[in-house]
Amino acid sequence: MDADASLLRRLRDGDERAFVALVERYHPVMLRVALAYVPSPAVAEEVVQDTWLAVLRGLARFEERSSLRTWLFSILVNRARTTGERETRSVPVADAGPVVDAARFGPSGGWAAPPEHWVEQAENRIDAAKLAELLRAGLDVLPARQREVVLLRDVEGLSGAEVCEVLAISEANQRVLLHRGRSKLRQLLESELGGAAR
Amino acid sequence: MSFLSGMLRRRHGDLACQQMVELVTDYLEGALPAAGRRRFEHHLAGCGHCTEYLAQMRETIRLTGRLTPEDLTPEMRSDFTDLYRRWRAEQ
Repeated sequence: MDADASLLRRLRDGDERAFVALVERYHPVMLRVALAYVPSPAVAEEVVQDTWLAVLRGLARFEERSSLRTWLFSILVNRARTTGERETRSVPVADAGPVVDAARFGPSGGWAAPPEHWVEQAENRIDAAKLAELLRAGLDVLPARQREVVLLRDVEGLSGAEVCEVLAISEANQRVLLHRGRSKLRQLLESELGGAAR
Repeated sequence: MSFLSGMLRRRHGDLACQQMVELVTDYLEGALPAAGRRRFEHHLAGCGHCTEYLAQMRETIRLTGRLTPEDLTPEMRSDFTDLYRRWRAEQ
């Protein structure tokens, strides 16, 4: 049984500590996901608090057709979307363009400024705390839709299908957002670790 | 591969490095059709830079996956314990 399934069983048995453990596990990432929809951390905090209450209230009716985390994030995203539509007027513009600066390729499309080798050296060149800080900062400046997909996929480890379900987006859309987000984080690591021209 | 050798190497239907970087996620997600996957792997086999690029994307995913949720403060812990108790009281 995975950790979530065992938490769910304890939660249904009325174990308060299971609830706190669930909150500890998911609250921070839920805040970050909520921030993709609402204008401020304070509003995001409210949305996540409401989500926890909805989770407790819905627990008895949760039929486990999806995983616990998919259910949690679906409730969160629905609430955050509704709140976000109420509180923000501007629609975020999807960024377009290539994921690697076109200036790094020659006229034939081959690399002119190829990526420098840094893989397997990241952890020697920079300490783990600084690396984590760098990636967090990189995530924070991603466009919101990309950030939530990268958070759910790569930080939280949800599958592509789970992310599509949670966010109610198509697989193709999910891949585009994931691609753009991951590519920017790679560029960030390259800039920090590879020292290559951009 | 320099852009000159890239130019010499490319035949009709071959992928350019610039196209490769846009296909990496579809490749890793297993979303390329069989022919596209073959073209992608054919390019990789002859291109150290794109092989490096792919390795960097994998490494980026690995390093991102090691981020952990920030710890809750003790105040937040007690807030959620209260929330839970209020909900229990409602039952």
